[in-house]
Amino acid sequence: MNHDPFQWGRPRDDVYGTYNQSIAKCSNSVEFPSMHTQQPIITGTSVLGLKFKNGIVIAADHMGSYGSLLRFNNIERLIRVGSETVVGISGDISDLQHIERLLHQLETEEEVYDNTGAKLRAPHIHEYLTRVLYNRRSKMDPLWNAVIVAGFNDDRSPFIRYVDLLGVAYGASALATGFGAHLAIPLLRQLVPYDEDYVKVTEEEAREAIVNSMRVLYYRDARASDKYTLATLSFEDGKVQVKFAEDMQVENQSWKFAEKVIGYGSKQL
Amino acid sequence: MFRNNYDNDSVTYSPTGRLFQVEYALEAIKQGSATVGIASANHVVLVALKRNAEELGSYQKKIIKVDDHMGIALAGLAPDARVLSNYLRKLAMNSKLVFNRPLLTSKAALSIADKAQENTQSYGSRPYGVGLLVGGWDETGAHLYEFQPSGSVLEYYGAAIGARSQAARTYLERNLETIRQCTEIEDLVVHGLNALRDTLSQDMELTMKNTSVSVVGKDQDFVVYDDEDVQVWLDKLDSTSNARDVDEAGDAGNAGDDEAAEAENADATGIASGANEENTASDRMDTD
Repeated sequence: MNHDPFQWGRPRDDVYGTYNQSIAKCSNSVEFPSMHTQQPIITGTSVLGLKFKNGIVIAADHMGSYGSLLRFNNIERLIRVGSETVVGISGDISDLQHIERLLHQLETEEEVYDNTGAKLRAPHIHEYLTRVLYNRRSKMDPLWNAVIVAGFNDDRSPFIRYVDLLGVAYGASALATGFGAHLAIPLLRQLVPYDEDYVKVTEEEAREAIVNSMRVLYYRDARASDKYTLATLSFEDGKVQVKFAEDMQVENQSWKFAEKVIGYGSKQL
Repeated sequence: MFRNNYDNDSVTYSPTGRLFQVEYALEAIKQGSATVGIASANHVVLVALKRNAEELGSYQKKIIKVDDHMGIALAGLAPDARVLSNYLRKLAMNSKLVFNRPLLTSKAALSIADKAQENTQSYGSRPYGVGLLVGGWDETGAHLYEFQPSGSVLEYYGAAIGARSQAARTYLERNLETIRQCTEIEDLVVHGLNALRDTLSQDMELTMKNTSVSVVGKDQDFVVYDDEDVQVWLDKLDSTSNARDVDEAGDAGNAGDDEAAEAENADATGIASGANEENTASDRMDTD
């Protein structure tokens, strides 16, 4: 028996000669069965999330890229689930739409069919997504996404947690997927150097930090767009409030310096 | 009178719109020994009277733990209760694994109700022959539900099922106010055992062998007390023997009469169904 995983279960070539594919009666047989979710096609770039003392700010732009072609500019990547959770998704857009459907299905089952009085909150939704994503990667058929779930714990303290196509999950006061992990996290961490520092951050500071990070990403991420959605979830006076700003735009860009940049070194004006 | 035409399977309605097979299943619960459940604001207590088939045999378990925050007590066919409790365990573990959230007591009760209801409208199956008291503590508080094989589920502050359970219900009705105000688990268990004691037949008493006690609630995982462990609870009672024997000594007059009458009624229904052709002594299944 051949123990090479790609040849598993086949007779060994050096003992029995090359396996005759036509025996299996598949004319255009290849070495390994074709799989359709093995690479992302239309993709969304970073999602950013930041905790503040009584809530969460989360943002994602509207771009759906087809490779380097900026193909769709009106994709909404922040999904509201229930009354106090927002899920931000980056990565493959068709898989995003699949997850969106799963989440809305879940919401319908929980809040309409057996309305038992217990709310489906962010930690539960995150746990569910972790199961779904890890299950899919274990079938060698991952959902090609990185997801950030923002919302509140049962005691209404802010909750934010990451999970990706491998089922890897972690939490922190500042989170970002993809490109944002390189460019935005260092900026966001100036507000929350340590995990527990989020209690010192106000809603305005958190929002400003996210807006700034979105600008930096627009400067330096070739797949980013300047239109984005920014959601603010806050818990005040015993009530959760979710503000969805879908018409955000990157502003105050600084390009003035550009006219003085000439050549790459020796060339002078 | 011509009952037998319409009681061959669970999918046949009688001319008056009844499902006799389901009603027979409810009779199976009455054959089982009594089980009592009570709920205060923060705790649920389930107590049960265990039976042994014969002097040399062990006593059939009546209380089954489902999860750290939930458990059931049964009256009727024990194997059916095992099927339902296994299903509940599966649901509880699923909720823990997929959502990291304890299964709600209400959801648990409704889920087994749905399962039982399916058996009342499909040919070839039979209704479950067991009644359950489902007790649990979750984010919505302490809850007690009574499950019936008809698929009906109701929430109760105090409930009793099984043989002579009417006597226990009478006790619970009379002491509802004090039971609801109990803050100590101990007081609640004593009320439960008092109610259970009222279901005893003449010259029987609660012993550590025939009594099961379980508790669940706020900061209290579901725990079952059996055998030696139940003696501490029994010691808290003023008497472990039947209420009617105590009545002889003095205090209550009409209370005893009521219960005796009700117990008689329960016996009468037992005899009636026992006399039914389907239920000859030889092929009657044992109920607990």
